[in-house]
Order: sequence, then C-alpha cells, then structure tokens
Amino acid sequence: MLRVQLTINGYKKELDVKPDEYLLESLRKNNYLSVKKGCDSSSCGVCTVLLDDSPIASCTYLTVKADGHEITTVEGIQKEAELIADFFGKEGADQCGYCHPSLVLTVYAMKKELVKPSDEEIRAYLVGNLCRCSGYLGQHKAIKAYLEVAV
Amino acid sequence: MRCVNTDVPSIDGKGLMMGKPAYADDLAAPDSLIVKVLRSPHPFARITNIDTSKALALEGVECVLTYKDFERRPVTRAGQGYPEPSPHDKFILDEYVRHVGDEAAVVAAIDLETALKALDLIDIEYEVLEPVLDFEKAYGHKSIVHNEPEIHEMFPIGFEPKKNVAASYNMHVGDIDKTLAGCDVLLESSFYTHAQAHVMLEPHTANARIDYQGRLVIYSSTQTPIHVRRIVSQALGYPLSKIRIVKPRVGGGFGGKQCVHGEMLLAAITLKTGKPSKIVYTRKEVFESSYSRHPMRFDIKLGATKDGQLKGIDMHLLSDTGAYGEHALTVFMVAGSKVLPLYNKVDSVRFNGEVVYTNHTPGGAFRGYGAIQGNYALESAIDMLCEKLGMDPTSFREKNMIREGETSPIFKIMGEGTEGTAMNMDSCKLDYCMTRGKELIGWQGKYPCQKDEEHKVKGIGMAIAMQGSGIPNIDMASAIIKLNDDGFYNLLIGATDIGQGSDTVLAQIAAESLGVDLDKIVVYSSDSDLTPFDTGAYASSTTYVSGNAVKNAADNMRQMVMEEGAKALSVDVDHITFDGEVIKVIDSDQIMTLSQLANRLYYNEDHKQLVATNSYVGTKSPPPFMAGFVEVEVDTETGKVDVLDYVAVVDCGTTINPKLAKVQVEGGLVQGIGMAMYEEVHYNSKGTLITNNLMNYRIPTRKEITNMHVEFADSYEDSGPYGAKSVGEIGIDTPPAAIANAIYNAVGVRIQTLPITSEKVLMGLLQKRQEENDKSDEDTHYA
Repeated sequence: MLRVQLTINGYKKELDVKPDEYLLESLRKNNYLSVKKGCDSSSCGVCTVLLDDSPIASCTYLTVKADGHEITTVEGIQKEAELIADFFGKEGADQCGYCHPSLVLTVYAMKKELVKPSDEEIRAYLVGNLCRCSGYLGQHKAIKAYLEVAV
Repeated sequence: MRCVNTDVPSIDGKGLMMGKPAYADDLAAPDSLIVKVLRSPHPFARITNIDTSKALALEGVECVLTYKDFERRPVTRAGQGYPEPSPHDKFILDEYVRHVGDEAAVVAAIDLETALKALDLIDIEYEVLEPVLDFEKAYGHKSIVHNEPEIHEMFPIGFEPKKNVAASYNMHVGDIDKTLAGCDVLLESSFYTHAQAHVMLEPHTANARIDYQGRLVIYSSTQTPIHVRRIVSQALGYPLSKIRIVKPRVGGGFGGKQCVHGEMLLAAITLKTGKPSKIVYTRKEVFESSYSRHPMRFDIKLGATKDGQLKGIDMHLLSDTGAYGEHALTVFMVAGSKVLPLYNKVDSVRFNGEVVYTNHTPGGAFRGYGAIQGNYALESAIDMLCEKLGMDPTSFREKNMIREGETSPIFKIMGEGTEGTAMNMDSCKLDYCMTRGKELIGWQGKYPCQKDEEHKVKGIGMAIAMQGSGIPNIDMASAIIKLNDDGFYNLLIGATDIGQGSDTVLAQIAAESLGVDLDKIVVYSSDSDLTPFDTGAYASSTTYVSGNAVKNAADNMRQMVMEEGAKALSVDVDHITFDGEVIKVIDSDQIMTLSQLANRLYYNEDHKQLVATNSYVGTKSPPPFMAGFVEVEVDTETGKVDVLDYVAVVDCGTTINPKLAKVQVEGGLVQGIGMAMYEEVHYNSKGTLITNNLMNYRIPTRKEITNMHVEFADSYEDSGPYGAKSVGEIGIDTPPAAIANAIYNAVGVRIQTLPITSEKVLMGLLQKRQEENDKSDEDTHYA
C-alpha cells in the first residue's frame, strides 16, 4: 500500500492505495460513486474526472500518478451540474444518465478552456464521451444553450 | 391535455446527472465479495479435470464453485414470458463450455485482486472439441453443440439439437411458387447481417445479499426483474417467495439486459456464503460472454407485374444463435412478422428457415429484434426490384404498402414464438410519413444522385418500417396508485425504466388521468417485493402495455376519490365535479380539496386507505410506422461514405413526451447507422471474438452524427393510452437498408453484407470499373 495525498472536490484526502490501482477504483472505493465504470480502456468516457481542471479517463490513470493533484468529480460541482441538467431536461436529452456525470465534467472543463467554441470544436472536445442512448443531437443543443448563458 | 403530449423534463434526469448513487454497483453492500468467473479459452471443450483446492486455500477466497456443485437443471437465460419460447439449454455451470468466454467456474473473494489470483490457481484441463464456427455449415455438422439429455423445448419450436437446430419455423400464405411463376419481373438475392453489440455504457452489474428477514435480495441492472426472479429460482431450486429483485437505475439496455447475466452465479455465492456479493462485467466480458444481435442470412425472392404490383415474397432465413438459444425462435419470427405485412397487397408469402447453434457468443434480444435484419434484407431487395422495373422506389412503395384500415394475414399467423393476432391498422400514417419525408429530404430533384466534385457523389435512399407495441395476449402489466395524506399519489409499477424514460412517461399518464401536475406523482418502479407484476421492458411494450395499466388504475383512483368525496360532502356522486384538485358540488358553493379529503380520510373520519390497481394485456399490437430517408456522400476514390442527413418521419400515435420520444428515435437511428456502417464483428479462425473492446469495436461518436431530422405524424391509436403506440425500437430499423439503397443510388454499388464499410464500397467500385472496362473491350472487339 502507498499513501497518496489528493485534493478531492476541494478537500484534502489521504488514501492508501495499491501501486497498480486505477483512480476509478480508488474513487469508487471511497464512495465517490458518481464516477462510473464503462470500458476499462479509456474509450467511452464515463469514468471521466478532472485532474487539475482537465478531463482524464480515471479507468486507466494510476492513482499514484495523481499524488499531490486536485481531483474534481461531479459531486464537487453540484450547482453547475444542476444548471447543465436543466438544459438537458429541456431537450429530453437525459435518457439512461450513465454517461452524464462525466459529460457534465467535460462540458464544465470545456467552458473554462474554450472561448465561444464552434459546433466542430464542441464535438471535438467531447468526442471521447460516448453516449449510446441519445443520438448526441439533443445533448449538443443542450450544451450550446448552456454555453450561451453560462459565461 | 395537461401532462400528456407535453415536453416535461424526465423525473430522474437531474439526480442522475448530478451523480447521485442510483445504479446497481452504487447500491452494492460495501463489504460485498467480489465475484469473478473463470471463462473458457476454447470455443468448444469438455472439462476433463478441475481442481479448485489451491484457489480455495488462498487467503481471502470465500467460495469457488464448478459444475460439480450444482444440480443439473436446464434453464434459458432469456427473460421472456413463461413458458419461454426459447429452449432450456443452459446450466448454471456445465461440464461443457460452448464458446470462448463461456463460464467454467466462479470465484468469490474479499477483493478483486484476490479473486483474480484465485482464477489463476484453478487447475483446469479441457478436452478440446471441434467447434462449429460457420453458421452456414452448422446444420447437421458432425460436432453437436448441445448433446446433453436434459435440455428441452417448453413447447414445440422446432428444436432439433442433434442437428444443431435451436428452432425452426415455416409459414405460407397462398402458393408462392405459382405466384412467382406468373410474375413479369423476378428478383432473387441474398443478404447477410452481423452480430451487432449493444454497447450499453453500464456493463452487466448485479449484487446480492441476504436481508434481515433472511430473504435473498438481488439488485440487478436488468430489463426484466420478474423474469430474473423466476429464472434464478428455477436454476437454483430456491423458492420464488424468498427472492426479491430490485431494479435500480439502469445504464442502458437495448435488449442486452433482457437476459440474466451473472445473477444465477451471484445468487449461488450469496446463498452458499451467507455474505453479500457483487459482479460487474468487464467490457471484454460484456462483448464475449453476454450476447449480441443474431447474425442472419436471408435468401429472398420477389415477384411483380411490370406495372409495379408486388405479387409475392419468398423469404428463407438462416439465423445464428451461437452457443445458446436465447430468443432464437422469436427474433427469427420477428424478422418476418415485422416486415412482411408492410407489403400487404401480395398474393403469396412464404417465410421459413432455421436457427442454428454455433460455438460463438450467443445471439439474443437487441432493439429492433429481428426487424432490423429483415428490414435491411427486404427493403434492399425492394429497391433492387424497383431498378428492374424502372420505377422510383418511393412510387413503388406508395403503390404496394399497407395503409390505414387495412390488414395483413401475417398478423394472425405469426406472433412471437406462437400464433399471432389478427388486427386492422386502425392508426397508420405511413402514407403521410412517406410524403413528408420525401419533402424534407428533397427527394424530387435529388433522386437518385448528384455529382458534387470530381470524386464525390451524393445519393439518397429510403426504407419504410414497422414494429409492434408489446406482444398481444402475453405481455401483461399492472399498476398500483395510492393516495397519500395531503393529496399526492404514489405510482407503483412493475414497468422497467432502463433509460428510455418510462417512469416519466407513465407518471405523465397517471397525472393526466388524475388531473394533477407531475410533481404530485411519486413513482416507484421495478422492485419485485413492492411493485406489481409487469413482464418487463422489451418488445416496445412499456408505453402501450404498462401505460394502459397505469391509465386504468388512475381512472379507478379517480372514481374512488369522487365516491369518497361525494360521501364526505353528503351528496350523490352524480352531483359532484372533480378537476383533480377540487371536488365541487354541482350548483352549490360547497367544495372540498383533494388534500382536505385525504386528510379527512386518514386522520379524522372514515379511516380508509385509497389504493387503486389495474392490469392490462394487449389484445393487439398496433405497429408504429416510419419512413426513413438518408442522403449520403460517397468518395469514389476511397469508398468512404458520409451520412449527410437522415430524415425520419414516425407514426407512434400520440407522443406522451415529444422531446423524449424524439431523442429516443434519434438514438435508435444512430444505433441503426452504427449497425449499417461502423460496427464490425470479427472472430479469428479459432473462434475468439477479436472485436471485444471499445477500441476496435467502433460505435458512432458525436463527430459522425451532425444532422438528423425527426418528426412525428399526427396520429391517434384508439387502443393506446391517450392515443399512444410504442416508439422504443422503430428508430433503429431503417438505416441499414436506406443507407445501402442511397449508396447504390449514388454509385451503383450494392452492398449485401453488413456492415457497409469503405473497403466494401471501394471493392464494389473497382469491380464495377473492371466490368465496364471488360465490356468496352468486348464492344471494341466485336466492333
């Protein structure tokens, strides 16, 4: 076991982890249940968390590598998540919801990183966040509407 | 309408998006044993020796089970009504393994690391058998996939395991050979469809525990909790009454969670150890060890008169059910029954064939459930026939397709595993869907193609489709509505929301009938102890079947409230009005609110709980219809195809929630586009699935999907709740055929084997050029 120091959702935490443990596992073990398991190969995006404000796939990111860094899960941005959820609700774009906590985090990170992104830039930024339910278009409309108000 | 046909946000979307614990793994007991399965590396083998002693000796290992620990009780994992139309050909664990990834042993340990170590410590020896890997050679193969004496069919489904046949079927209307012999134009062709994977983002997940009452409680990410309870009970010989299945939020299903996956093993572990346990499939296990769409081959003959009257359809179908026969017969039958009635002006139809066993990952239920396979084959063949006739394919369809008020003899003959039910198309706006779709895509002027640049050609194509709304006389649903103090309601339903939004839609139906806003309806769904019977979320049944049950129960509740209100106001029930919130005596100022009545009933006087319940089983299965149009651009140098636009005009009766319905159709279209163009399934020569992860099994991303247009026809189905039919599956059906037709219209290359990859299009283009060159050489030679 190795001890790592992380700042998770603004709080300093010390976790004992195995050397080969992935961040997804460490977070779920410690009750950050918004982080989901999807594909085990950083292909689907449902395990996304923010590492120092940038989206990463936690299913293939060794926890020890995150030592000393800030981790944000959707539990850490509840107000923003609620706002984004309202836009999704309006478009009927929520469906099974399994990809949504991670999508919220990526949209949130994109908003900080990109200024007035074009449709193409939005799709490129979010391309790693797969959705098998919605067909993407409703989500796209919701995200665009959110970006317009949330400056 | 106050609640129905309005775009209310889903009742659970916000909580899920905010990351509240809701899915099966979120709700596992924190100290759950981790269950892992030792899986076969061979497509077909007999376990000759299995020694678990070293694994059991490992610290932290609680339990290791092999086939020796179970009584031989064959079941089917297919979550269907009972008796199932699928053969009982699966044991919890068996001496034989029948596909790479099949279950050989199961381990439960205190953590994942220990469980994985334990798997390595199981000494297992196999006698490797010759596998059946080509479904076209399975019939009568010298290797028999299922040779065990205990397996059986539950009623005649054409089960002949000694010939590797899981099911077979044969029907005809009229004399097809005679009809075809009398036709001016004939078409004969074959089509292949592949084993599409569901790729629901939440992998198969379940957890089990023994509760304080000594009951086995399983939280399962399932579409069919009631069937899971029955199958687990049968498999383990454990009383149904001691099992509770809770379906939490489900992260997508698409039919992939209509079977049991791991629940039998999990239940055995928890019953044996008395400890909570959980199983979460890896993505590789989801691909290799659950199931996918049945691959199929269609051999089709069509005959028409030269003025474009379709006279006969002959369809022979071979389906590959893989190692187990889950949904073998029913998916097969739907491949006929959900496409053949589209062309109801024919004199004769024949539909027959077999579903064969192979040593591949099993086939199973998947959105579109046979209909998408049949649609690709028939709707491609129709376009090929139109070319021979020199007819615009939309004119041909308009002349031959089913219309409102009409019927087809197929409805009566073919059900799902049994006989069907005769019905008239009381609501069928397919003609409108055609007209509107043509307008939206700009058919006139664009058909068949437009050359853009030097190497780019745009083409348009289309297909029509129908589905059903539940299985008549089989799919049953119930609902309970309870009035609470202060005047709000609980809606208890067995219906299973797997992300399609049924909790919301059913709450809208209840709110509409009860005359209240949606926030006055608190929904509990899919807990086998607490909610009433419902066969589950499949066959596009929930809005129609469960929706009718909810409406019936709500109507009962409304009547009960009015009777109690009249009593409280000391008048006859005929002398009051009730708008959902206020009970008023006619021609008087005397009123009582629902809240006042409820408080009176429960706190002050009468002391009587109001609970209403009702059930519904469909006596018909009104089909939703759709016309799908696509514009593609083909690069003639590379064979690359881009979908530029997809237009879907859908008749699903009244949409209960138009936005949710629209997104559901869009999601279906994208899955259909994925099946048509992106999702490839490959096995190696040893029978191992190569496309067993999301790095090489590619589903469409948001980069490929940039433009779609979904509209609904103004339609009303009398037998549906507030005029609704189903919408869950119809969206997926048309893309394979419409895209194949559009590519043909663009560049003259006909792809008859899904998926339609750039390589196949390019090979077709090269072959076509070669043939043109040969022809021009020939012409020169003879000139």
